[in-house]
Amino acid sequence: MINGSILNSKIFRIFLFCAFFLILGGFPKLAFSQENAPESKEKKFDAKETILEHISDSHSWPFAFPFVEEKHIPLPVILYTDKGLDIFSSGNLYPEGTVYNSGKNSYKLEGNKIAVVDAAGKIDEEAGKKVMDFSITRNVISMFMGVTILLIVFLSISSSYKKRQGKAPKGLQSWLEPLIVFVRDDIAVPNMGHKYTRFMPLLLTVFFFILLNNLMGMIPFFPGGYNLTGNIAVTAVLSIIIFFVVNLNGNKHYWKHIFVPNPWWLFIIMIPVEVVGIFSKPIALMIRLFANITAGHILILSLISLIFILNTIWVSPVSVVFVVFMDAIELLVAFLQAYIFTLLSALFIGMAIEEHH
Amino acid sequence: MDLVTPNIGLVFWTTLCFAILLFLLGKFAWKPILAAISEREKSIESALSMAEAAKEEMARLTSENDELLKQTRIERDNILREAKKVKDQIIAEAKDAANAEGTRMIERARIEIDNQKAIAMADVKNQVATLSIEIAEKILRKQFEDQKRQDQLVADLLKEVKLK
Repeated sequence: MINGSILNSKIFRIFLFCAFFLILGGFPKLAFSQENAPESKEKKFDAKETILEHISDSHSWPFAFPFVEEKHIPLPVILYTDKGLDIFSSGNLYPEGTVYNSGKNSYKLEGNKIAVVDAAGKIDEEAGKKVMDFSITRNVISMFMGVTILLIVFLSISSSYKKRQGKAPKGLQSWLEPLIVFVRDDIAVPNMGHKYTRFMPLLLTVFFFILLNNLMGMIPFFPGGYNLTGNIAVTAVLSIIIFFVVNLNGNKHYWKHIFVPNPWWLFIIMIPVEVVGIFSKPIALMIRLFANITAGHILILSLISLIFILNTIWVSPVSVVFVVFMDAIELLVAFLQAYIFTLLSALFIGMAIEEHH
Repeated sequence: MDLVTPNIGLVFWTTLCFAILLFLLGKFAWKPILAAISEREKSIESALSMAEAAKEEMARLTSENDELLKQTRIERDNILREAKKVKDQIIAEAKDAANAEGTRMIERARIEIDNQKAIAMADVKNQVATLSIEIAEKILRKQFEDQKRQDQLVADLLKEVKLK
């Protein structure tokens, strides 16, 4: 009775589905390593290197299919150098260590970074400083996808709002409306009062941008599998935007609170503290999101790496069970971090525009 | 350290993407969506308050109806009572009037009877007198038919006169 109902339950089927993919993901490397074992000295599996490679940005999109060697899809490299823009395919730089001469400079991959090399093939640090990397990397591609998805979804539900004016929501619209109303009624209104309308587009965009990329990052294969909201550059940009919005909208009470402490003779301590506070708030936002998402990815990857560290397939059920458990927690974290980032942004903006009576 | 060093390229692309996303969504999605949601909320609110008002109105009308019904019932009872009173009064009045009329008629009849009786008595008296006179005349005539008797009477009368 009980067993039957478990087998029939939807959750169990989803669990099986996920487990299947995770096990499939394990096969190619396993097969690969076993094939190579007799020929060369078995390449030692380095969990740290693998994990860092997965969570950081890269110039190619890795594709893994069962029983097929891992493939990399080359992505465009755009370099801004002192000799002008340098654009070429990252396929020229693979396999790692290949030196490519674009005509302006010679480059080679150093980890995930593109380094400038001199004629002798040595890395030229001086020349490297003059090169700025604006490449369409894995994270940039995934961000384009995320932005496209957000645009398609919200422009389509916006049009269905126009079509079904005054009627009850339907389909995708009814799925997303609670989230929109949640951002408005539980994040914006309590923290910003009646002036919330001006900041609603920003808060909603931030919320859905973080949420979608958090969720996409959890999907282990193609459309997802990246670590965008766990990248410090992305969270830094979001926090800087919040920083500017907070401080450009700060009213005289906000600035008075910072520069005119009460009682006045506390200014020696209070002014530095408050000024640090201006910057520490967005920095905390940046680090919180980055650390949470990155930590989640590291945890899941570590659990999967366990199979390869111990080099036995028999540990995979344990890994799979733990990974599914962690995925469930990460799902919560994905929503939670989007909520917290938006909530704190709303709180900081609210503090800056608050009217004292 | 690589992990916590923001890459300038990603910063640039993120800023660009986010700015475009914010602009497009803000203009074409959030504004109409939020407007539609708040408009719908307002219409639901007004519909609810209208329903509430209608309910109150209904309750008011019902209670008014009840009040009216009660008043009407009281009024009806009053009218009935009044009518009964009037009826009783009319009956009583009619009875009184009939009694009075009866009495009056009886009185008149008695007076009439008395009158007739008096007339009849007077008539009887006259006739008796006439008859008596006639009888007396006849008796006298008979008595005075022979001379002797007349003489005797004169003699009796004279005797009486002498005695006096």
